[in-house]
Amino acid sequence: MTTPENEGRKDTPDTMVGTVPGDGPVLPDAKRNPSIATRERRDTAYTPSGETPYLVVQDLTVQFPTADGLVSAVNGLSYAVPLGRTLAIVGESGSGKSVSSMAVMGLHDRKRTKISGSIQLGGDEIVGMPENELMKVRGDAVAMVFQDPQSSLHPLYTVGNQISEAYRVHHKVSKDVAKKRALEMLDLVGIPNPIRRFKQYPHEFSGGMRQRAMIAMGLVNDPKLVIADEPTTALDVTVQAQILDLLNNLQKEFGSAIVLITHDLGVVAEMADDVLVMYAGRCVEYGTAEDVLARPRMPYTWGLLESIPTVSAASEKLRPIKGLPPSLLSLPGGCSFNPRCPYTDRVKGERCTTDLPELLPVDGAGAHTSRCHLHDKASIYEAEVAPRLG
Amino acid sequence: MSKTVRNADAASAGSSSATPLLQVRDLKMHFPIKEAAGLGRTRKVVQAVDGVSFDLQRGGSLGLVGESGCGKSTTGRMITRLLTPTAGQILFKGTDIAQLKERELRPFRRELQIVFQDPYSSLNPRQTVSNIISTPLRVHNLVKKGKELERVQELLERVGLNPEHHNRYPNEFSGGQRQRIGIARALAVEPEVIIADEPVSALDVSIQAQVMNLLEDLRRDLGIAFVFIAHDLGVVRHFCDQVAVMYLGKIVEQGPREQIYSAPQHPYTQALLSAAPDLGTIRGVPPKERIRLVGDVPSPIDPPSGCRFRTRCWKAEDICATQEPPLMTQAQSGPGHTAACHFAEPKIDLTAATA
Amino acid sequence: MLYFVARRLVSALSVVLVTLIATFALFFIAPTDPAGAICGDRNCTQERYNEIKQNLHLDKPKVQQFAEYTAGIFVGRDFETSGVVQHCSAPCLGFSFKNDRPVTQMLADRLPVTVSLVAGYAVIVLTIGVYVGSMAAKRRGTFGDRALMTSTLVVSSVPYYIVALMIALYLTILYPILPRGGWTPPSESVGKWFLGLLTPWLVLGIYSCTSYARYSRGSMVETLSEDFIRTARAKGLSDRVVTYKHALRSGLIPVITIFGLDVAGSLAGAIFTERIFDLPGLGVLVLDSLNNYDLPVIMGTVLVASVILVVMNFLVDIAYSIIDPRVRLA
Ligand SMILES: Nc1ncnc2c1ncn2[C@@H]1O[C@H](COP(=O)(O)OP(=O)(O)OP(=O)(O)O)[C@@H](O)[C@H]1O
Ligand SMILES: Nc1ncnc2c1ncn2[C@@H]1O[C@H](COP(=O)(O)OP(=O)(O)O)[C@@H](O)[C@H]1O
Ligand code: SF4
Ligand code: SF4
Ligand SMILES: [Mg+2]
Ligand SMILES: [Mg+2]
Repeated sequence: MTTPENEGRKDTPDTMVGTVPGDGPVLPDAKRNPSIATRERRDTAYTPSGETPYLVVQDLTVQFPTADGLVSAVNGLSYAVPLGRTLAIVGESGSGKSVSSMAVMGLHDRKRTKISGSIQLGGDEIVGMPENELMKVRGDAVAMVFQDPQSSLHPLYTVGNQISEAYRVHHKVSKDVAKKRALEMLDLVGIPNPIRRFKQYPHEFSGGMRQRAMIAMGLVNDPKLVIADEPTTALDVTVQAQILDLLNNLQKEFGSAIVLITHDLGVVAEMADDVLVMYAGRCVEYGTAEDVLARPRMPYTWGLLESIPTVSAASEKLRPIKGLPPSLLSLPGGCSFNPRCPYTDRVKGERCTTDLPELLPVDGAGAHTSRCHLHDKASIYEAEVAPRLG
Repeated sequence: MSKTVRNADAASAGSSSATPLLQVRDLKMHFPIKEAAGLGRTRKVVQAVDGVSFDLQRGGSLGLVGESGCGKSTTGRMITRLLTPTAGQILFKGTDIAQLKERELRPFRRELQIVFQDPYSSLNPRQTVSNIISTPLRVHNLVKKGKELERVQELLERVGLNPEHHNRYPNEFSGGQRQRIGIARALAVEPEVIIADEPVSALDVSIQAQVMNLLEDLRRDLGIAFVFIAHDLGVVRHFCDQVAVMYLGKIVEQGPREQIYSAPQHPYTQALLSAAPDLGTIRGVPPKERIRLVGDVPSPIDPPSGCRFRTRCWKAEDICATQEPPLMTQAQSGPGHTAACHFAEPKIDLTAATA
Repeated sequence: MLYFVARRLVSALSVVLVTLIATFALFFIAPTDPAGAICGDRNCTQERYNEIKQNLHLDKPKVQQFAEYTAGIFVGRDFETSGVVQHCSAPCLGFSFKNDRPVTQMLADRLPVTVSLVAGYAVIVLTIGVYVGSMAAKRRGTFGDRALMTSTLVVSSVPYYIVALMIALYLTILYPILPRGGWTPPSESVGKWFLGLLTPWLVLGIYSCTSYARYSRGSMVETLSEDFIRTARAKGLSDRVVTYKHALRSGLIPVITIFGLDVAGSLAGAIFTERIFDLPGLGVLVLDSLNNYDLPVIMGTVLVASVILVVMNFLVDIAYSIIDPRVRLA
């Protein structure tokens, strides 16, 4: 049910050219096709009839016992990412994006975390896997790129050392072989002069180059799944564009699955095949990027879209979501979004405050699902929300 | 609120034709630094800001955009005289405050306020909100003894916080709420200009929109002029009627918002706009042209000769290395639109226009 | 890196020079009376007093005295007492008339004792102390961690000399579990040298380990929560490699800073230890010379101690730059 299906994804021609590492600026050919998005979407639509997706998360719950009580950071989350596709997880800070993906890496401290549900990675169950087996998976089959490359690289080891170390953890090779591989990776991610850069420390790199180095380190073992946790949040737009292009190109080349965590819907629009919107630890809307961004069916998603001042939109007053995200120690009853939701009066009775809505297909069937009691989501969106978005 | 509301008519009456409220002329900030070189040290300067000029009208809003390290914050800190400029003029209502001594500055300090990016570090964690907001009131003798609390509560209400919370400490508030406290502190002294240095960059989208709306109300209701520093082009487009794009310590393009966004002339502005991820495309808007800059911003210690953007510019020719292009009106510019490029030329479809 | 070392060396040498001048000023320009001290209280006649003054060149201008003293350090000098000329070869730090020996020789006898003691101390605190601290950090919050930290607090709240005395009394004399302290030059017998120093090392080292365990625990707890540790784990490194390679290296930096500041303290600790365990080190020498008012010896010891401090700080700086590449730029 939570497996993303893709009905009739349009095949799109190869219009956009990304940056070729090390080359001059790459300008696109000016072919214009109004129906395509900026990102080159996958040629072959993913069909669930094939083998099971590479990553299947089912009913994942992550809780932290703290002095103040049990923090439920992730609550019954399910999603699937096949090879070659990108799933974007969006939501406000604290909604559980990072916690859920750290669980996929098995990075949570066992003693301080309660995890239940299932995380299948290429058929292997991650939840409950013993540490010594997890170690073999981490960095090999699945790699992670973190938000802040400044603090995520070890300040006291050279960049080259850190990349070759990542290779040697999973390959029994000599230092020289690992070094060759690291140089290859530095070159691949577009760092000019790899031989010199190999010997340098992270503080000698700029922010964008550090993130490239992080990506090189993540990809050194050809992972099947890359989890990128806000990989460009700390970067400038021009550098962000370079990094996103790089991720796209690498995915094209190696066909890996990508889970992209971000709060920037613009980035989602450019990168994602599928989108999962999280609110207070739960998935509130899930579908293809077009579904969620062009035909959203959940008041929280609407609120997010209405909050963004876009580069292209004319300047009208923004319509922010009122209030703050709830405390995870005591979620409001019913739909967690109800204290901030402007549509509660359209739902019959008090259901918004009493019943937790289920994640259901928006049109009765199909892969686009949302969690909301509203009946006429489509008409409300078309009549009220869409016009405001311009 | 009567106290804070400045006569909006007076504000608009004094617009364009009259002298601008704030005129910045050829402002420079060169930080001396020492670098280890062999057994000794050499002295160099970081040209953080190198000749920036602009006008700010009463009640107007000017956006400063550019990549990290291009000198936006430094410019803001000079205008509020948290830094003393190396050279240049800052004319506030006709008085050059660039080199004034601390004592002569005092009356101006009240009129020029700054709001910082980081809502976590810019408030003293050991002071109550009431204390934070009333300190500037007392320093500038703006309120009678005994009336302080009343004024504090009025200000809290103005920025959308619960007036009952005046006795709380900053750590009891969320990021967005703290940013409101910072804004209330700036408002307390009834400034004419607020320099907002990335006021919403640290906030989540929904909270960001709340704070932006607040700032907009303040501008409309109180006639406060804003210098709005941001790296998010969407936010600037939303808030500012004038935009200045900075690169490596200089303004490379400047003009009315509509022209900067719909017909940018400078290659750097074009690259910035094209790099901004945009939602429009997914809703069927034609995708914009993709211009990708390579490499990084050069060091402001040894900026490139001639045009500072030439190391990353795809249009650069020999002349760019030898002659610095002046910031001037270009052949196809609209009124008030200037760009600093030898080969300036508008590109029109970089922001997928939704209208 | 080479430039860094060279720059630090230059600054270390200038510190030594300043110390030399300061020490000289303290003992010779300040209103002290070295001649009177040497002459003694009882049978000091005016004649003898004047003679001493002349022999020591104390009647010469201060600048000349300083020049002679400094020259002595580099080329040696002669002293004349009651008509006998004594040669004090370079590096000459003066002549002890009380003991009738050049100060340098006296120090040379004592220095190895103190250096052995302090070196052993350094090894113990930097290995055992840091290791225990890191273990505790890795297991923070567990019973073992809390028990360990509480016991270190208890130990370090008892003054050092009491701990040292008690151990000396109970464990070496009443219940001789540990060997008694004593000095045998390592050139004579390494085994005896080791056994004689074992108890003092343990006492001095373990006592300070308690503080070092706490410093390194604090520093490691902080480091273990850094983003780059998460990165290291995400690479698939084992817990051991993450803790002892990635975390320890940056966790060590603050510990080394404290160690650099603590060298002076450890020299002071050495004085007690030498007294209690009967080691003829610099500390004991200073105490004796203070009793005898043997100014040249005191001055020489102060000078040597400061040089030791400067050298240690130089080594700490170098250690820093090896651990942290960012320091090399400074
Ligand atoms: N006190 C200082 N000493 C030396 N250099 C400085 C100092 N303050 C700022 N700089 C340098 O001046 C340049 C401009 O800095 P500034 O903080 O104004 O950038 P910014 O445009 O606000 O960037 P950001 O978007 O990251 O806030 C940078 O290269 C910075 O490193
Ligand atoms: N180790 C922990 N102990 C207690 N609470 C935690 C822990 N880690 C994360 N949380 C909480 O879980 C929630 C989700 O966090 P996170 O996934 O990091 O959010 P984001 O969506 O911004 O990535 C937050 O409220 C956070 O405070
Ligand atoms: S269920 Fe109710 S409260 Fe929740 S999003 Fe739908 S309308 Fe709003
Ligand atoms: S002057 Fe030359 S280098 Fe500078 S922006 Fe224009 S074309 Fe590019
Ligand atoms: Mg996160
Ligand atoms: Mg700044």
